[in-house]
Amino acid sequence: MSFLSLTEQDREQMLETIGVDSIDELFEQIPSGVRLGRPLELERALSEPELVAHLSELAARNVDTGREVSFLGAGIYDHYVPAVVDAVLARGEFLTAYTPYQPEMSQGLLQAIFEYQTAICELTRMDVSNASGYDGTTVAADACYVAKHATGRTKVVLAETLNPQVRQVVKTYAPGFGLEVIEVPQREGTIDPDELRQAATDAACVIFQQPNFFGCLEPAPDLAAAANDAEALAVAHVDPVSLGVLEAPGAYGCALAIGEGQAAGNYQSYGGPHYGFLAARSEFIRRMPGRISGETVDIDGKRGFVLTLQTREQHIRREKATSNITTNQTLLALAGLVHLSWLGPQGLRELGETCLALSRYAKERLSDAGFELVFPERATFKEFAVRVGRPAREAIREALAAGVHPGYALGRDYAGLDDAVLVAVTEKRTTDEIDLLAEVLAA
Amino acid sequence: MKLIYEKSKPGRRASSLPQPGLPPAEVPEELRRSSPPRLPEISEPELVRHFTALADRTFGVDTGFYPLGSCTMKHNPRVNERVVGLPGFRDLHPLQEEDASQGALELMWRLQEILAEVVGLPAVSLQPAAGSQGELTGLLLMRAYFADRGEGHERREIVIPDTAHGTNPASVTMAGYEAVGVKTDFRGNVDLDDLREKVGPQTAGLMLTNPSTLGLFDEGIEEITKIFHEAGALMYYDGANLNAICGIARPGDFGFDIVHFNLHKTFSQPHGGGGPGGGPIAVRERLEPFLPVPAVVREGDAFRLDYERPKTIGKVRGFCGPFGVFVRSYAYIRSYGPALKEMSEVAVLNANYLLARLRDAYELPFDRHCMHEFVLSGRRLKREHGVTTLDVAKRLMDYRFHPPTIYFPLIVPEALMIEPTETEPKETLDAFADAMLAIAREAAEHSELLKEAPHVRPVKRLDEVRAAKRPILRYLFGEHDEPEGSDEPRELEAQKGA
Repeated sequence: MSFLSLTEQDREQMLETIGVDSIDELFEQIPSGVRLGRPLELERALSEPELVAHLSELAARNVDTGREVSFLGAGIYDHYVPAVVDAVLARGEFLTAYTPYQPEMSQGLLQAIFEYQTAICELTRMDVSNASGYDGTTVAADACYVAKHATGRTKVVLAETLNPQVRQVVKTYAPGFGLEVIEVPQREGTIDPDELRQAATDAACVIFQQPNFFGCLEPAPDLAAAANDAEALAVAHVDPVSLGVLEAPGAYGCALAIGEGQAAGNYQSYGGPHYGFLAARSEFIRRMPGRISGETVDIDGKRGFVLTLQTREQHIRREKATSNITTNQTLLALAGLVHLSWLGPQGLRELGETCLALSRYAKERLSDAGFELVFPERATFKEFAVRVGRPAREAIREALAAGVHPGYALGRDYAGLDDAVLVAVTEKRTTDEIDLLAEVLAA
Repeated sequence: MKLIYEKSKPGRRASSLPQPGLPPAEVPEELRRSSPPRLPEISEPELVRHFTALADRTFGVDTGFYPLGSCTMKHNPRVNERVVGLPGFRDLHPLQEEDASQGALELMWRLQEILAEVVGLPAVSLQPAAGSQGELTGLLLMRAYFADRGEGHERREIVIPDTAHGTNPASVTMAGYEAVGVKTDFRGNVDLDDLREKVGPQTAGLMLTNPSTLGLFDEGIEEITKIFHEAGALMYYDGANLNAICGIARPGDFGFDIVHFNLHKTFSQPHGGGGPGGGPIAVRERLEPFLPVPAVVREGDAFRLDYERPKTIGKVRGFCGPFGVFVRSYAYIRSYGPALKEMSEVAVLNANYLLARLRDAYELPFDRHCMHEFVLSGRRLKREHGVTTLDVAKRLMDYRFHPPTIYFPLIVPEALMIEPTETEPKETLDAFADAMLAIAREAAEHSELLKEAPHVRPVKRLDEVRAAKRPILRYLFGEHDEPEGSDEPRELEAQKGA
């Protein structure tokens, strides 16, 4: 392999400087009883061309969204990623930097994080954002931890219309946090504010999703008000690309706004790496998990940026830290910043309007073709649930044979929806492709 | 330089989007956005220049030597970026049908097999997003395991050496356990007498980094294992320093039950300025039933996702984990094959060479050969010349090096933790050693050069106290009163034409 830089002569000179005869001597501190004593049983090394051939062969056995007409969403979306995102992320300075512990070495990176935090605060109308979390699931667990410590309460309430994977991750973290998790069932595709208010009694927080997992628009201001009535923190899980047309959580009384960032700037990449975002009102600044970049000045008074409020973090506070998070998703969050800057406020609104218009067209076409919407009374954004008149898995298989992926089989997560498909329509889909979807499903 | 928001001008934009020509669809009024987000309004040429300027003000491994201890800042092969960009990986939806994602599933299965072999433990979950999430996952596995055995209420404590990364105790708290500290002895090993006092029926497990953050392999590891196994407790291996021992020794062989990998350290996923990372875990058979779902399994020539694990702790992250990270790390390991051992050997050789060159000018708290990294103390420079380790670190920037990790581990005063990695040539190591020796001389002769450093970066030393006391965490668009004195620097910057 070609990633090592020492010649034989280098090695000899170095061993001599160290004062040992062989590299093995350096390993004598490892007790002989615990050494492996045989070569690792790994396949032979591949040269670079062989490696590319091998991985190309593996990649070719996947059907990516460029090889079918895909309406698959359910949390990860086939939105367009602009070329400038690839160009910026290919810069080795960003790609190969570590967490900016030494701010004078990393002013560009720290400024980018500060700009990202600003973009997230603008999208959500919150006061503070961290530098990113792992993904849209773990930021929900982070929010619960913030809420537990902010309220001293030990119950969290999740909407059943919150992405099932998000709920599953919260439930996995909950025993360690000492939290009880309860769920509020959906009523005709959304959450009933009165029911939520009841459930929120003595809760640390309430997490709902806007648009929700079914694509439906929740009565989000009423849900936030219901949480606030019970003095539970209202947490909205939002889609960043919806926030040009949908109201920001900060404008309807939420304490925290969280979400999966993938739709803004990241490829689908079989589920990761992506970034999760977490933003809050200013009163929670010192309870925030994760890295935060802050503005300051150097000794000449010139503006600069540093990782700040580090006394919250594990490397200072250890067992009393607000989170154990260390590695985050900075590069993916940078992609988000570039994408959002490329869009600008105008582009973000247009993107939202296009998703709205195309998904309405898709609902109409499918209705015309004789399919019944699962929640016909609900407004939606870019995704909606439709009954396909037979087991959804069967319908999906048949459509795939015609080169169309109609979407996600909701029966995997929800009882009584075995015949329902969750259809996602991004700006990359065309009316022709939607016509094809209706045709294929009806065939 | 200006923020992108300060370059914004109403009416500019970079994006062009499809216009499907459909009638507009309205959002119900009470749910409609009331005022637009103030995202930058900027053209594409200016967008590209802005981020290029930010890149110019950022230092990566591609820029130069980055000996950040415990972070394993090795070269990131570019072929890995090429393969991760193949459309079959990049544009694959995580909920794609299993028979239409066989290549992805096979890659994950192969990576699991490789990781199992490298650490000597049979069952792997790739799901955790980073090392610290691997830790939390491992601790949740311990909880589930002991609960399953009816010992959950009794075993409440996790033993952690005083050299541990801060993530260990933070993860312990998040898992609902209590952290119990154990001391380090005069050789840099875990103090066995102290350890024996701390371990008992209340102990759920140990978290150990080995080699430790001192860069030393614990010589008492066999005895440590005995103590924990006799107590019926589990052993967790923090894989942050796995780069030292690949192909040489395996945590599973020396008694560990759970191991996490840092794919962004040992297996060359680029750190991306803080992430992404990957924190897979490998476990012994008895812990396998508790691993996160889905598991990637092989059935004949096909691969599938198995959700039917009744004892699973659940999910710690969406889908199967950070797949793009798996592609890069798999490619990296396949580039080495069994010669992964040479990777670790050279990492250890490079570290010992640097140590040999620096040991006389700086203090070495534990006088032993090191593994892949070592810790020096700047205590003497502080005592004799009033120069701190922070000053040394900042002065290194003037020599165009990224500083090492400083003030960690906590048990070494004025610590400098140096990890050169295997990919650096001897010339770079020599240039760094020469710089460190020159700085030690400067400390004696021109200490102001250190105290005022850095001199060549875009900013001088930054006021971190002020940043924390009066936090400004986003651009305020001039709408609020800013904390006192904060407009002054902007004027200064403007005068300099920056």
